[in-house]
Amino acid sequence: MNAASTPLIEFRQVGKVYGHGQGAVQALDGIDLGIARGEFMAVMGPSGSGKSTAMNILGCLDVPTSGSYLFDGHAIEAFDQDQRALLRRHYLGFVFQGFNLLNRTSALENVELPLVYRHVRRAERRARARDALAVVGLAGWETHTPAELSGGQQQRVAIARAIVTQPAVLLADEPTGNLDSARSHGIMELLVNLNREQGITILMVTHEPGMAGYASRVIHFRDGRLDAAAARSAA
Amino acid sequence: MLWNAVLLALRAVRRNALRSLLTVLGIVIGVAAVIIVVTLGGGATLQVTQQIETLGTNMLILRSGQRLGPGMSSTAPQFTQDDAAAIGRDIGGVAAVAPSSTQAVTAIFNNKNWSTAATGIDNAYFTVRNWPLASGRQFTPSELRAGKAVCVVGATVARELFGNGDPLGAMLRLEKLACEVIGVLGAKGQSTMGTDQDDLVLVPLHTFQRRIAGNLDVKVIQLSVAEGASTEKVTREIERLMRERRHLSGNEENNFNVMDMKEITSMLTGTTQVMTALLGAVGAVSLLVGGIGIMNIMLVSVTERTREIGVRLAIGALARDVLLQFLVEAVVLSSLGGVLGIVVALGGSIALSRMMHIPFVFNGGIIVVAFLFSAAVGVVFGFVPARKAARLNPIEALRYE
Repeated sequence: MNAASTPLIEFRQVGKVYGHGQGAVQALDGIDLGIARGEFMAVMGPSGSGKSTAMNILGCLDVPTSGSYLFDGHAIEAFDQDQRALLRRHYLGFVFQGFNLLNRTSALENVELPLVYRHVRRAERRARARDALAVVGLAGWETHTPAELSGGQQQRVAIARAIVTQPAVLLADEPTGNLDSARSHGIMELLVNLNREQGITILMVTHEPGMAGYASRVIHFRDGRLDAAAARSAA
Repeated sequence: MLWNAVLLALRAVRRNALRSLLTVLGIVIGVAAVIIVVTLGGGATLQVTQQIETLGTNMLILRSGQRLGPGMSSTAPQFTQDDAAAIGRDIGGVAAVAPSSTQAVTAIFNNKNWSTAATGIDNAYFTVRNWPLASGRQFTPSELRAGKAVCVVGATVARELFGNGDPLGAMLRLEKLACEVIGVLGAKGQSTMGTDQDDLVLVPLHTFQRRIAGNLDVKVIQLSVAEGASTEKVTREIERLMRERRHLSGNEENNFNVMDMKEITSMLTGTTQVMTALLGAVGAVSLLVGGIGIMNIMLVSVTERTREIGVRLAIGALARDVLLQFLVEAVVLSSLGGVLGIVVALGGSIALSRMMHIPFVFNGGIIVVAFLFSAAVGVVFGFVPARKAARLNPIEALRYE
């Protein structure tokens, strides 16, 4: 890993076009963006603005059709599917709006899941999953299944699953989208703590300014471009 | 990773216990059918072999005419007692030669009559057929020479005509011949062809030829090969001798045939094996149908768990990890079906072999083969659903409602 001066994540003229010919849609249009290690960045913008596309590329789930995406100096567009999966496995954590926990599977086993793919031994998996659940404030809830947990608790389990591997970057797609206000603030405080205490870089999509306020930096997408004016006014 | 996938698959199967059971029913039926058919077939073959062994594996049967078969009428000359005598005299390695002729007759005792077969023999017949008497005695040399009116009855004839009474000394009428019963044969039971071997009356060959058949023909010459002598060699020598006695020139075909019990055994077990193969094929079709059932349910499972697959892919599962997971699930499912089928088959074949009076022969080989085949069905029919899962786009899978 390089010194703090070079960004951990860098978009260089990243473009993304869906489809071909007449029906082609320019989802991203030459985005330049640098994100430093340890940042907590909120991504905002109306639907169809390109923020989801950007997050998919940032999360190495998708590749740009033009430009370059550098993750810690590596050009991701040159990676094949398996290489990107390995990068996700070792460096990224995901939190989704819909939690996406496995049904009828205990909280502990849900959190263990990423460690299974890292070939961590069972006993160590258990211990690390317990620790991660404790970090998100769910010590004692290990054996509960998602159906037995509230929405806020489910999202905490999802966050524990994302951080159990101690990822470099946590990508959260509207993590509070399905939660009420009080629970949303609880989740945001948890994310801020993870960012400050564990140094995890966080990229979070939200359309609630109140939630974006927790971030150290906010960017806005509009029509596939970064909206500099909106960024300034929000700051 | 593989062990994890197995645990995961077992859990998935347990969660949908009823659905899993119904899914593997085809496999269960297929595996059970194949094992039961093969096991019973094996038992039947063993039974045939055992029954033939009671005839004596060293027995040769010499008949006039060419190979037995449909549409073959024989115009070849019959044997005579001289032929039998020549075999006993000229061919080494023959323990006993039993010429005989048979004709259907009605046996009458008092007011009862019974349709049976009269067979003219000499005492060598008892040796060659390895057939002891239950009571009474064999024919004396003078009875044989003079063609006396005496007879030995089979167990069925004794039962039908005399019931519980003692047949010895009774006068039995065979067509126009009245003869004294001097012996009763031990019971042999059904032959492999399903005919009753005990339904016969034995008389001296001379008596038969003169008083029943009215000719000097010998229809069949049965002989036993001496211990340690080669059946093939004796067969060849008999063929050579008979060609000579019948004046067959070099290019003429044999107008008689020599069968040994091995040939008869393979003829009879061949039939059983064809039946086994046919019924086994029906079982295999059921396995195929069962495999399609597994493919169907695995496709449903992949669709149901699209979001789970998306999560797994997002957090770093490789496509081949997902492929393995679903493939293992299909194999676990089909193997469970296989195990269930084996259990059903063992119970079923024990019960059926009792019902059909066939010996139960445990066949470990077919059980192993059936199990491996059921697992292979999982691999083959699980592959398409597993590949579908592995090829999912994580972004779309995560969005799937």
